[in-house]
Formats: sequence, structure tokens, C-alpha cells
Amino acid sequence: MLKPPDDGKARAVADRASIFPLEVSRLSFSDRGRTLIDDVSFRMEGRGITILMGANGAGKSLLMRLLHGLLQPTSGTITWGGRPLDVEVRARQAMVFQRPTMLRRSAEDNLRFVLGHLPGPAQDARVEELLADAKLEHIRKTPARLLSGGEQQRLAIARARATDPDVLFLDEPSASFDPASTFAIEELIRRVHADGTKIILITHNVGQARRLADDVVFVSRGRIDTHQPAAEFFAKPRSRTARAYLEGRLDLDALDYL
Amino acid sequence: MSESGSIFSLALGLVLSGDAELWSIIALSLRVSLTAVALACLIGLPLGAFLAVVRFPGRGAAVALLNAFMGLPPVVVGLFVYLMLSRSGPLGVFGLLYTPAAMIVAQTILVTPLIAALARQSLADLHGEYDELFRSLGLSTGATIAALIWDGRYSLSTAALAGFGRAIAEVGAVIIVGGNIEHVTRVMTTTIALETSKGNLALAMALGLILIALALGVNAAVLALNRTARRLAYA
Repeated sequence: MLKPPDDGKARAVADRASIFPLEVSRLSFSDRGRTLIDDVSFRMEGRGITILMGANGAGKSLLMRLLHGLLQPTSGTITWGGRPLDVEVRARQAMVFQRPTMLRRSAEDNLRFVLGHLPGPAQDARVEELLADAKLEHIRKTPARLLSGGEQQRLAIARARATDPDVLFLDEPSASFDPASTFAIEELIRRVHADGTKIILITHNVGQARRLADDVVFVSRGRIDTHQPAAEFFAKPRSRTARAYLEGRLDLDALDYL
Repeated sequence: MSESGSIFSLALGLVLSGDAELWSIIALSLRVSLTAVALACLIGLPLGAFLAVVRFPGRGAAVALLNAFMGLPPVVVGLFVYLMLSRSGPLGVFGLLYTPAAMIVAQTILVTPLIAALARQSLADLHGEYDELFRSLGLSTGATIAALIWDGRYSLSTAALAGFGRAIAEVGAVIIVGGNIEHVTRVMTTTIALETSKGNLALAMALGLILIALALGVNAAVLALNRTARRLAYA
């Protein structure tokens, strides 16, 4: 099912130093007097699939946007491979949003939009590869906004992957999709991971987390409650709130917006 | 047959007979207004996109000013351009007054704020939708503006058509800076004004018919563009 990364790709990745490890130190973010990310510190290596879980409003999406540089922290530092979040580091990251943003162009031209730096033949080859892996070849000429939700999200992932990122952030990529679409999206995420790209993914779907996760970061009230290997987290979560979340119980202490 | 009825049939006859004078007036009108709209698009589309994308102090005031300029009175624009281009004006050395070039300048000034303001409105909405993606991709301001203009091409075409409608129909600016000189700067609207006052109603009516046909054509084009945009989900 999964092809190993081809030689060209493997070489391209080996040619450059990874932007990992990610080191976050005393990170805080406040908005209008509310502290939404509260003194968070952790370290992450550039391998595997990390799942961010936690209740709505816990701060998962904020944390992801801070790591990607879409938001600026109120205090604390984020470094990638010892470097601040500068233009070069950001160019090696990509993000897929919950609602895929489709340019008003064909599916294929959505990919070409981010491949402008490649000369003609190389660009064509990359487009073919990305369309094939996302199973979108048959609808390449269709206006992207006319694709189904699942197809749009696969195109968004293909587009994010086109830049050969070291890390791919996904914010609830399969929320509101049926099981078949979700499966297709997960398969594509695994394919991107097989390229050597670190995956950091937010989901509320516990089944999806179990299927994909190598490790789980559980976020609660703007803090990291626990960060454990997946098998351990699902068998024995170290945090009481995470246990309640997994069992589908309401932990009222964790719901700061009530 | 009533008087207005006979004028109408005379006018129709003029249009259908391919009267040389009539068609040279129409050709000049189209040349002046289409050139003005093309120039206004070159200035107005990037300007509108810039105001939709870039945050800077005074941006709100700039947008308010632009919106106010959408309704610039043509005669005031004509007066302003006249002062600039007249022999003693700062641009008098170019000798442009009473030439089609002066009329193009005046209509460009008249139409640019309209196109820029309409572009800003529609591109601001589009930018809201694309903003996180473009920031995630690390797109430069220039690349962002180019992408927005391309992806907003349908609504921007509508803005350009609105600009053309305003340019082709206005009389105040071109009559001041063009002077309504026969065979040189006489366009449809200025001819209608002159011929009506001279009592030559058939020619005026013929040009009026052409103007109305153009207005209908512009609106049909807007409708067709909107329909295509919706069908392709590009609206």
C-alpha cells in the first residue's frame, strides 16, 4: 500500500539538516487579558506522528499556530534546530486547515501555485506524483471548489506536501468527513509521513488518534497535561483530565469556558 | 406619425445606414473610454488589492477617501484636469488640452477610484478566506496581491465593466478637457449635448440609442460573468 520514498526524494531530504529538534520554552499567549497558552515548555524530535488532543478551547489550535508562526507568542521562545522561527524555518513547514482553503483554480493549478519555483518538466513530474498519491488524477482539471469535501482536503494535503516540508501541521483535517473520506485522508497522511515528514495533527477522533499516533500531547486549559507514547497514553493516560476525555466523561474542571 | 416617432425612425436609419460621421464619433468614444478603463485597471486593481491586504496607519482614511472618490463629479474632474493641462498649468508644456489624450486622462482619473474601491471590497473578502493559507506559505505581499487579482478575476471584470459604464456615459469631464471639436474630440455624449441644443435631434437620438445598447451590453456581460463564476464556484 505504501511505497517507500523514492531515491530522488530521499536524497533531497538527506541533503539538508532537519529543522528539528523543536524546543519550546515558557511559551505563553494572551488575548484580551485572557491567558490562553500558559507557560508551556517541551521538546520534540522530527520523527513520527504526534497527535494533539484536548477539549475545545484547550489551546491546541493556538499552540499549533504559535509553532507555525501564524501567531506571535506573548512571552517565551520557540526554536527549531536552535534557530528562531525565521523565514527559512517557516519555508520548511506546512499547514492544512480544518476547512480546506481552495484557490479559485483547477485542482492541478492549486498544486502548481506552490510549485512555481520548479522548471516546467520537473514541475509536471511533481504534479503527477502528488495527484497520483492523493488519487485526484481523474479530476485534475475540475475547479477545486467543485470537488467534494474529502477531495478538497486531500488536495490541500497534497498542496502542503508539495513544498517538501520537514513538518506538516494538520488542524482537524478530517472533522465532519465520513469514514471512507477519513480513511483516504489518513492514508495520505501516512504517505506524507513515509516521505520523512514529521506530522503534528489535532483531532477529536479517538479512533483516528489510535490509528495514527506515535505519541500524544494532551492539552488542557492552555497547558500540556501529559505527553506520552501513544500505546501508553491510550492504556494509562497520566492525566486525570485525559482519562476522563478518553472515557467520554465530562471533567468540569477542564472546561474553562463553562 | 408623431414628431418623436419620426425622430426615432430617422435615428434608427442613421445607425443602420452606417453613417460615417456617426461611426467615427462612436469609434472615438470607445477608444477614449476603453483606454481610460484599461489604464484605470492598471492603477486601480493593484491599489485596491494593496488596500485589501496591507495594514498601515491611515489605511481606514485612505479607504474612506477612495469610497468618497467613487462619486467624483465629472465636471470637477474635468476642471481639475483642465487646470493641469492648460497652457499655464503645470503640465501645459505637453499641449494635451483639447486632444483625445486629455479626455483619456480625465476619464482615467474619474474611473480609477471606482475600480479601486470595488476591487478592494471584493478582494478584502477573498483575502479573509486566503489569509491563513498565504501566511502559512510565506507568500510575499506582491505574490499575495497577484494571486488575489487572478482569483478575483470575475468580480474584478465586473468592476472594470462598471468603470466602462461610467466612462462611456459621462459628459462633464470630456467636454471641458476635449472641447467637443468636430472630428477631433467629439464623442457620443458631447455630441448629444451639442446636437440637442442645435435642434438636430435625429443624430442625438441615434447616439442615445447606441449608448443605451452599450449599457444593455455591459449589463448582459456582467450577468454572464456572474453566472459563469457561480457555475465554476469561482464567485
